[in-house]
Amino acid sequence: MFADFDYDVIIRSLPYLFYDGMTFTLMLTALATIGGIFFGTLLALMRLSGIAPLALVAAGYVNLMRSVPLVLMIFWFYFLVPYIGQWITGAARPIQVGAFVSSLVTFTLFEAAYFGEIMRAGIQSISRGQVAAAQALGMTYPQTMGYIVLPQAFRNMVPVLLTQTIILFQDTSLVYVLSITDFLGAASKVAQRDGRLVEMYLFAAAVYFVISFAASQGVRWLQARTAIAR
Amino acid sequence: MITIDQVSKWYGSAQVLKRCTTGVAKGEVVVVCGPSGSGKSTLIKCVNGLEPFQEGAITVDGIAVGDRKTNLSKLRARIGMVFQHFELFPHLTVMRNLELAQIKVLGRSAGESAERGMRLLDRVGLREHAQKYPGQLSGGQQQRVAIARALAMDPIAMLFDEPTSALDPEMINEVLDVMVALAQDGMTMMVVTHEMGFARRVAQRVVFMDRGEIVEDAPTADFFGRPHSERAQTFLSKILQH
Repeated sequence: MFADFDYDVIIRSLPYLFYDGMTFTLMLTALATIGGIFFGTLLALMRLSGIAPLALVAAGYVNLMRSVPLVLMIFWFYFLVPYIGQWITGAARPIQVGAFVSSLVTFTLFEAAYFGEIMRAGIQSISRGQVAAAQALGMTYPQTMGYIVLPQAFRNMVPVLLTQTIILFQDTSLVYVLSITDFLGAASKVAQRDGRLVEMYLFAAAVYFVISFAASQGVRWLQARTAIAR
Repeated sequence: MITIDQVSKWYGSAQVLKRCTTGVAKGEVVVVCGPSGSGKSTLIKCVNGLEPFQEGAITVDGIAVGDRKTNLSKLRARIGMVFQHFELFPHLTVMRNLELAQIKVLGRSAGESAERGMRLLDRVGLREHAQKYPGQLSGGQQQRVAIARALAMDPIAMLFDEPTSALDPEMINEVLDVMVALAQDGMTMMVVTHEMGFARRVAQRVVFMDRGEIVEDAPTADFFGRPHSERAQTFLSKILQH
């Protein structure tokens, strides 16, 4: 199997794989993480608001997202978002948003459910006494959340949020079903073109493994460090 | 300054406050004591609206706490509160703990807040700890910072909810000293505590609670000299015998 292994195809395609593919993958991971944490935090606040309709909507959203396969979501949004855009803006034709925006929207909405549950656990880890102290100083609900509860919740949850980001990084490879040139997409295109499936898919797997493993070790290191600081 | 009139509170069907009536005049120090579970912490938390109550009325500086139209945040900004477990914000430095609400709630400038914060840290003897985080301080030091944090808001009255109960014995006095000095400066104070020495020294009145009721509300000398109720006598004999 390895006798006629063509290492050269990997070398030749490195610029394409990393410059085109990995850039897309990392960009999507980073933006979806930021968006996911932002909307996830809103979902968490809704669930913990004590206002029944808000809590119900947020819980329903989270449960829905967690029970639908991600690939299905990616397909749906790719085909639906143009029509939703048309419906919202009242345009005559479906609004083409492009593969990147479509997948960014999908991943942000999907990951918001997961990041939201992490943030919810983080918020619940902050004692009632901290909230009472902030209120006793005259802080309003947004101030209490913004200055006291969320910064602490976020800090407590950084390792878990990063672990979820590593999962997200791997999940972004699913956009290849839309023929998008993410890292896996790029590798797969080279593989098809040059007929070098084994080389390219092995190499892609190795790259995902190295990055994910290194990042996991980084999270563990961070966890150990913050444990000492506490 | 603070009036508490016929206040009752229930957790579900369990009544935790039963028609409590008392008050604190301007410049007065009132100690609230009683066995654990007597409702004294609940009562003091009702004063600044941290705990809701179902019946009766509480006013602070003439403003009704239980009224839906009252802006509670605004009122709370004028009432200092010190908690049993300090509740400093662990992610902020001591100085930032003192500045935050001054800036965000009172709208003071950064310079003014820092200056005021530093002056109060000095007053509680912790000037050199300004840049530390709460976790680096002892319990007694943290509680003194918490008192300074409340004072930085220029409160019209101070509420203390068992401020020394979570402290190691050797740290209790450093906190009580700060409170005594505050009382002697004429601060209006309502203090839930078991420190009867403190009550004797600075309180004008002692309120004794048991099972959600105010059993005695008497001038300090009378309370310690000749408590009327049997429950207060039992409580005093238990707490004073050591």
